[in-house]
Amino acid sequence: MKLTVNGDHVEVPNSVKTVAGLLVHFELHHKVVIVERNAEILEQAKHTETLIFDKDKIELVHFVGGG
Amino acid sequence: MNGRYSRQELFAPIGTEGQAKLRNKHVLIIGAGALGTGSAEMLVRAGIGKISIADRDYVEWSNLQRQQLYTEEEAEQRTPKAIAAKKRLKAINSEVEIRCHVMDVSVEEMERLVENVDLILDASDNFDIRMIINDISQKHRIPWIYSACVGSYGISYTIIPGETPCLNCLLENVPMGGVTCDTVGIISPAVQMVISFQMSEALKILVEDSLHLRNKLVSFDLWKNHHSSINVDKIKKADCPSCGTDRSYPYLSFSKQTKTAVLCGRDTVQIRPSQPMERDLESLDKDLSRQQGKVLRNPYLLSFSTAEHRLVIFKDGRVLIHGTKSISEAKTLYHRYLG
Repeated sequence: MKLTVNGDHVEVPNSVKTVAGLLVHFELHHKVVIVERNAEILEQAKHTETLIFDKDKIELVHFVGGG
Repeated sequence: MNGRYSRQELFAPIGTEGQAKLRNKHVLIIGAGALGTGSAEMLVRAGIGKISIADRDYVEWSNLQRQQLYTEEEAEQRTPKAIAAKKRLKAINSEVEIRCHVMDVSVEEMERLVENVDLILDASDNFDIRMIINDISQKHRIPWIYSACVGSYGISYTIIPGETPCLNCLLENVPMGGVTCDTVGIISPAVQMVISFQMSEALKILVEDSLHLRNKLVSFDLWKNHHSSINVDKIKKADCPSCGTDRSYPYLSFSKQTKTAVLCGRDTVQIRPSQPMERDLESLDKDLSRQQGKVLRNPYLLSFSTAEHRLVIFKDGRVLIHGTKSISEAKTLYHRYLG
């Protein structure tokens, strides 16, 4: 499946079906992440049920603590 | 008049009027590390009226690569950062009133620090304090700017009470663990980029040009060449306990604070996180193994020893810090290695 993630064209395995699966794929599942899918912000509770499709445009912003 | 602010006054959105407003404003900076020293220097050079800086730490050699107000001598002397920062800032601009506090900021200190403050800049290194800043900001209706960086990655968001979502709306919970500047490092371009985002927003707020505020959550990775800027207005929650209609400011209450206790006669401080959590000891093992120290792990706990201290991290979240009786030093070590 081809996606645009943070502006980059990336290919993810077809086994990645949901936003939550995508976060696992990018090893971001232990972090607090704001996800935007096709210009739509998703609540964290919706990550597991939201499906992703070929050509989706995804923005992933994770929170960090350093300063 | 010696024209020291002339180039800033020539910049039309600020002008002489904006400069005069800046002169009457008071900014509180929480933390005097990489972000705090950079933001403080910019504000002082820009001719802010007054700044207050609070930090509990002292200058170390590993700070000098990016913490721009400090010198080798201060690292040698282990000068408290707040003291070293004040000395340098005074030398840069003697017209600015500079208050520096060597203190471990928690709720009580924060209530005192925010008196007559126009803007709070987050330059801290952990989410415990950020959630307190967030609740205080809502309670006293003072804007604040969340900023953080690690590795080549940075993030910033401007929170205006009554208008934007607050940090509690965005996070829902305090993030636990995660990488820190002391585990995966940090490069100074990432620091300076975050400071630029934070300070542009700060100047807009201070000269009262709210129309030009970014109103987006911005993040970037300078090594991977990523940039992201997203509108998060929709995340504002009407029932948020920090900024919603029926708010209770949960992080200002004792139960939500990280608990610390000196264990008598053991040269040890215990730190208990603000909420129940289960630590991923395996990934912690991976992160800490890259450090100078020794990691031992069993299914229940992980022990990490450096030359002077030993951190024992339990699966239930608790951490014992051996080799100190100082709560402030223990907290520094805790956030350094555990985020």
